Amino acid sequence: MIDALFLVLGIPLLGAAVLGLTGHRDFARDINAAFSLGTLIAAGALTARVISEGPIFAWDREFFVDPLNVFLVTLTAFVAFTTALFSRPYMQVEKEHGKMTPNRLRLYHSMYQLFSFTMLLALLTNNMGILWVAMEAATLTTVLLVSVYRTAASLEAAWKYFILCGVGIAQALFGTVLLYMAAEKVVGAEGGALLWTHLDAVKGQLDPRIITLAFAFLFIGYGTKVGLVPVHNWLPDAHAEGPTPVSAVLSGLLLNVALYAILRCKVLTDGALQGPLAGQLMIGFGLLSVVAAAFFISRQRDAKRMFAYSSIEHMGLMTFAFGVGGPVATYAGLLHMTVHSLIKSAIFFAVGHASQKAGTQIMQEIRGLIRVSPMVGWGLMLGTLAILGMPPFGVFASEFLILTTAMREQPWATPFLLLALGVAFASMFGRVQPMVFGETALKPLPHQPAAIPVFIHLGLGLMLGLYIPPYLDEWYRQAARMVAG
Amino acid sequence: MSSLSGQLINFFAVVLLLLAFAMISQRRVLSLIHFFTMQGIALVAATVVVAYATGQSHLYVSAGITLVLKVFLIPWLLHRVIDRLGVRWDVETLINIPTTMLIGIVLVIFSFNLAAPISELSSSIARGTLGIALACVLLSFMMMITRSKAVPQVIGFLSMENGLFFAATAATYGMPMVVELGIALDVLVGILILGVFMFHIREQFDSLDIRHLEKLKEE
Repeated sequence: MIDALFLVLGIPLLGAAVLGLTGHRDFARDINAAFSLGTLIAAGALTARVISEGPIFAWDREFFVDPLNVFLVTLTAFVAFTTALFSRPYMQVEKEHGKMTPNRLRLYHSMYQLFSFTMLLALLTNNMGILWVAMEAATLTTVLLVSVYRTAASLEAAWKYFILCGVGIAQALFGTVLLYMAAEKVVGAEGGALLWTHLDAVKGQLDPRIITLAFAFLFIGYGTKVGLVPVHNWLPDAHAEGPTPVSAVLSGLLLNVALYAILRCKVLTDGALQGPLAGQLMIGFGLLSVVAAAFFISRQRDAKRMFAYSSIEHMGLMTFAFGVGGPVATYAGLLHMTVHSLIKSAIFFAVGHASQKAGTQIMQEIRGLIRVSPMVGWGLMLGTLAILGMPPFGVFASEFLILTTAMREQPWATPFLLLALGVAFASMFGRVQPMVFGETALKPLPHQPAAIPVFIHLGLGLMLGLYIPPYLDEWYRQAARMVAG
Repeated sequence: MSSLSGQLINFFAVVLLLLAFAMISQRRVLSLIHFFTMQGIALVAATVVVAYATGQSHLYVSAGITLVLKVFLIPWLLHRVIDRLGVRWDVETLINIPTTMLIGIVLVIFSFNLAAPISELSSSIARGTLGIALACVLLSFMMMITRSKAVPQVIGFLSMENGLFFAATAATYGMPMVVELGIALDVLVGILILGVFMFHIREQFDSLDIRHLEKLKEE
């Protein structure tokens, strides 16, 4: 059934075209959600097929699906769908406030679908070159999404984003060229030397000198998109200045996909070098990101900026976990990827409604959400507790696994991790608490917030903390085996 | 492999590097665009020579794409943009040329050292030029950092892409066709978006000076 794969990619692409024509109409919000739902259903069908039949290839091996990417495809399609649901009331209000004109709405809806397409293409392609092309295309679509308000701040954020990620991703292209050069000597130019599965089969024969340099460039390049410190500067600006649905998909999806690209490269590098270089780089930069982001969090006033830094912290934690390697840490990293996507996008949904109501993103000016809108207030409070790693949410489970593995494998790193998690906890909880429970003079929200996406995400995050269904568990294990070698 | 084609490739590679140096030290926007066009021509010539010497027919196609994109389309777009923005005769005053040149030389030495052990492993006839390609990438990278105006920054970005394209030709006879087409599409869309952006930035800030874009900072 190549059809499911075809549909997963075809539906968002068709959606981008349709919404490019009709995106300014009132019903475009529903069409957007409908296309995302279609993608999700197709992704579900694809998943069912991979579970029953194992890895599949399509189109002359240009596309492939294995346990690692199918889980991310489902997650991507799911978060894209719930974000589209959230975007319906959100964009309605933005339109009433005059921030979105019909032209901007059309651009927004069309680019939203195109962005989903590029993410899914990056995940499903077997070709490391196409992976690069899809990542760059994702940058282009999100640049347009971030700048959609055309304010001075959003233009600045988008320009920075474009230039920084453009430079970063150019490094990744150089890395890809080097990878191709190493592969060509082994596989030959005709044999699809950039196909990951082919590379994976011969990774032991790739020249270690070329691969070392290639990985360095690929890691810097895709690491820029993951938002690793010190190449993270674009991330808080892009999150804070774009529309909130865009912040949610940036944090929930784009960062994951960039990390996925690094993981694919790491598998090849580990095989070629027979040494821990890739892991060490990831541990170093991951740890640096966790610690630096935690201290940046303590200095933020803007709610979306603060949660953007929290995303850097969590991406750093995942990078660290994958760097430590081994089945347990990798399992924890994948689990953390899932729960972080779910919970962080839920938080952005809540923050989006809250800042729309208050007319500002400055945290000191948002007060008493629990009275204005209990749904939003509880969503934000529970989401924050969850992302800070309170049990029984899933983040607790994955962070616990990461920390215990770190104590065993890299004991020196544990105090840094604990310190960073502590600082992040103190500063985020201290800021969110008055936002939710403080005194306010604002009247209750006139419109119904999109509570369903928030609570579905939080519910799933809670479920993953208490109980991981056997098929999901098996799925993580298979993926972890693949990555950890 | 004839030694003449090897010489020619080296020659065009040197032209690319010289143009990269000329770009980092050039203050006038119009000259930058001319240099960029010349870089495109050198790139096309180098690719054609490699294609002829090795009989890799797909390289002719990628040379054709480069010709259309980087010698005609993008320079034409850039000329249109600077005309419409009225910055054709703009001169950027703030760059310190001697220092920039010195750092540039250090970058070239660094790239050659980095690329030397790798390029020996390549089977391409242009392998000696991998260091030059990397140097072009890093020089353009530096140009993007040192410039404060939008148009030179964008030209730096494009010139970096030239360096990468040359690296692909030097190291491996070019990437697979489908990848190359994808990259070309990305670059084209990217430059269109940046072009539109420049108008928005000008509208918002009354200037194309990127130093205005410093509101978003950590307190």
